[in-house]
Amino acid sequence: MIDRGFIGLTLPAFEVDVEKGRLRFFAKATGQTDPVYVDEAAARAAGHPGLPVPPSFLFCLEMDAPNPGELRDRLGIDIARVLHGEQRFVFHGLAHAGDRLHFEQRVADIYDRKGGALEFVVRETRVSNQRGEPVADLIATTVVRNG
Amino acid sequence: MADFGDLKPGDTLPPLTLPPLTRTTLALYAGASGDHNPIHVDIDFAKRAGYPDVFAHGMLSVAWLGRLLTDWVPQHHLREFGVRFTALTQVGEVITCSGTVTEVFEHGGERQARLAIQTANAAGQVKLVGDAVVGLG
Repeated sequence: MIDRGFIGLTLPAFEVDVEKGRLRFFAKATGQTDPVYVDEAAARAAGHPGLPVPPSFLFCLEMDAPNPGELRDRLGIDIARVLHGEQRFVFHGLAHAGDRLHFEQRVADIYDRKGGALEFVVRETRVSNQRGEPVADLIATTVVRNG
Repeated sequence: MADFGDLKPGDTLPPLTLPPLTRTTLALYAGASGDHNPIHVDIDFAKRAGYPDVFAHGMLSVAWLGRLLTDWVPQHHLREFGVRFTALTQVGEVITCSGTVTEVFEHGGERQARLAIQTANAAGQVKLVGDAVVGLG
């Protein structure tokens, strides 16, 4: 069982640059056809200062942490036993190419089901930009299969 | 953006149907997303882990649902977006993203709609279920 004392644990904050080329690569990989996400002129015409970060790409930027497995390592979770159970985004503002985003992660909850056969780790991440403005909150639920 | 003056529960979003899922798409998504877990791109690794083949990153389907939503409203109208992963998405499957309005309400002085969203294969097997909230102002 994962020690419930980890609830409330805060991980070291980190910053990630939003790169234009990476956004175009993500658009290609996801079949994006809306020019706002690949063409800077189209983005500006739609009122954006640069290419916008699409909704789920914030999760990819979070995985650009210096050690994306830090939480697993600290909690002693084997990567072979984990599944991504749920993911939620609460948006406060848009991010764009050229922004430098600040990520603060904490363990919001740990609970189990089926007599401990399944454990759930809920990670909450606050994302803000280089001006200190809130961008989004990300809530990831990881399922750990025991036994 | 469409005029949402008469939007009501039961209204549906224009669905988004993807081409049959290829290994090339999984390789591109691995690179673009930064999720390099070999279970999605290396069939030898997947077989050793007990799977018959590689399968799609869950977050690839979330990106497709993001496209469903931003095809419907400009992204700055998107307030909230959540999913639960219920089944694996396999190579060759044709996935359709769909959304239905479940509620229209006021929140913080803004008119908003809550949506039920999902992805499913051509046989109707649901892969991801979720919800989203958009501002209609």
